[in-house]
Amino acid sequence: MDENDARLDGNAAAGLLAEVFAFDATTAMVRCSSCGHADPLGAATVYSHAPGVVVRCRGCSGVLMRFAEIRDRVMVDMRGAAWVELQATG
Amino acid sequence: MSSATGATERRIVGWQPATVREVIRETPSATTLILDVPGWRGHRAGQHADIRLTAEDGYQAQRSYSIASAPEDGYPSITVERLDDGEVSPYLVDDAQPGDALEIRGPVGGWFVWETSDGGPLMLVAGGSGVVPLRSILRHRALAGSDAPARLLLSARAPESVIYRDELAGADTTITYTRSAPDGWTGYARRVDRDMLAAVGFAPAERPRIYICGPTAFVEGVAADAVALGHHTDRIRTERFGATGG
Amino acid sequence: MPITRGFRRRAESPGDAALPPGQYLTPGFPVLSAGPTPHVPLDAWRLTVGPQSWTWDEFLELPSESITVDIHCVTSWSKLATNWEGVSVDTLLEGLEPGAYVMAGSYGGYTTNLPLEDLTDGKAWVAYNYEGEPLEPEHGGPARLLVPHLYFWKSAKWVTELEITETDEPGFWETLGYHNYGDPWREQRYWGD
Repeated sequence: MDENDARLDGNAAAGLLAEVFAFDATTAMVRCSSCGHADPLGAATVYSHAPGVVVRCRGCSGVLMRFAEIRDRVMVDMRGAAWVELQATG
Repeated sequence: MSSATGATERRIVGWQPATVREVIRETPSATTLILDVPGWRGHRAGQHADIRLTAEDGYQAQRSYSIASAPEDGYPSITVERLDDGEVSPYLVDDAQPGDALEIRGPVGGWFVWETSDGGPLMLVAGGSGVVPLRSILRHRALAGSDAPARLLLSARAPESVIYRDELAGADTTITYTRSAPDGWTGYARRVDRDMLAAVGFAPAERPRIYICGPTAFVEGVAADAVALGHHTDRIRTERFGATGG
Repeated sequence: MPITRGFRRRAESPGDAALPPGQYLTPGFPVLSAGPTPHVPLDAWRLTVGPQSWTWDEFLELPSESITVDIHCVTSWSKLATNWEGVSVDTLLEGLEPGAYVMAGSYGGYTTNLPLEDLTDGKAWVAYNYEGEPLEPEHGGPARLLVPHLYFWKSAKWVTELEITETDEPGFWETLGYHNYGDPWREQRYWGD
């Protein structure tokens, strides 16, 4: 596997994100706490070949979110996201 | 500020049992599995699902696959390409039989989707097995009777590795072979580049919706070329396949 | 949950080799990364241990060792008898004031924490060759920390600093549910194990 193969996008984390958030997170807009760049999560860069899933900003490569599946729990760290915007179902 | 096509679905998504209903060998290295999923509530073209296998000793492996079927088909199917030293793909491509039990989590992904209401023109660029979600989109377009103009540019290593070749053949499909071309081939025989995109695709002035899927390096290269040609990043959606261990 | 007929893990038979609980041999060398592979030009590379710092050329002049060790990843794969060349952390710590803990820091921002005593007495290296070749960037090159007696997330890739501290601060994975120490033989994968 070369480094390109290790780099995916938010679509790759969609299944895990759907279990965590109970809605489709790939369309959620996320703003990076480090650089202010905002993207739909589906477009963010995802590293999923690790002890956990790391979602990084397309602008600055800073960490937006981290997830780790620990036994039957999912640990979520979203400090790297300044905000997350979702579409209301109304 | 709106972020998505259509409403965000607030639905708990978890693992559900799935049974292999039918096995279709597409190429020497790719197989489509049609799945029976009780309670399957449908999907949108372009979405994918996670598949989990459990061995007798309890060992589990999961992988993500694009859904190959159209929403109108009423069932999910996946098309898997065998990675030679993979753990899951050789099983799904070569061993899976009707009646085999899997688990599915999904459908997921609301960003890399197309619905007829999104309109066109539609420009689809596939690298290898990246054609799977694009086939779902084209199949949906056909079954829903959409007249949105659509063009597919498909990069494949060799003729025998083209998945859905007969189904996708037509004036709006362009194939480029990167390793070996058929005898007498007069079409493209090189990696997708900016000139090819310009020649085959819609002009930026037509504001096509562009969907690019395949290995990460392919997707990033094509996306950069599309932007360089003048397409706006907001019109480009990408899905990168990785070598997820096979 | 449903059992998938005929599916099994891809693993070599361990034979007589004893593996830590829950581990399986892997034929390849999986690449697991939390971020992009850093590409650090060798003339800009630095390794800092406490108050000391070495350039790449200075680092290569330090005495090095060839070692053969087993490595165990928390994601369950293990590789036995892997061959490395590197500088013992004992060499890097020579002459320094003792401390209690180390925070290993990598180019790209990754961190992991260890007790200092788990890096001494021949238990750890900063390694730059793997199987006789320069360590590839995707595996942590030009140099990575190598601490085989703990789960491999403690063997920080692209290591650039070993910060010696009096208090223990959890690193990148340790703050997200992974065990603070990480002994594969006691299967210390997660908090509370």
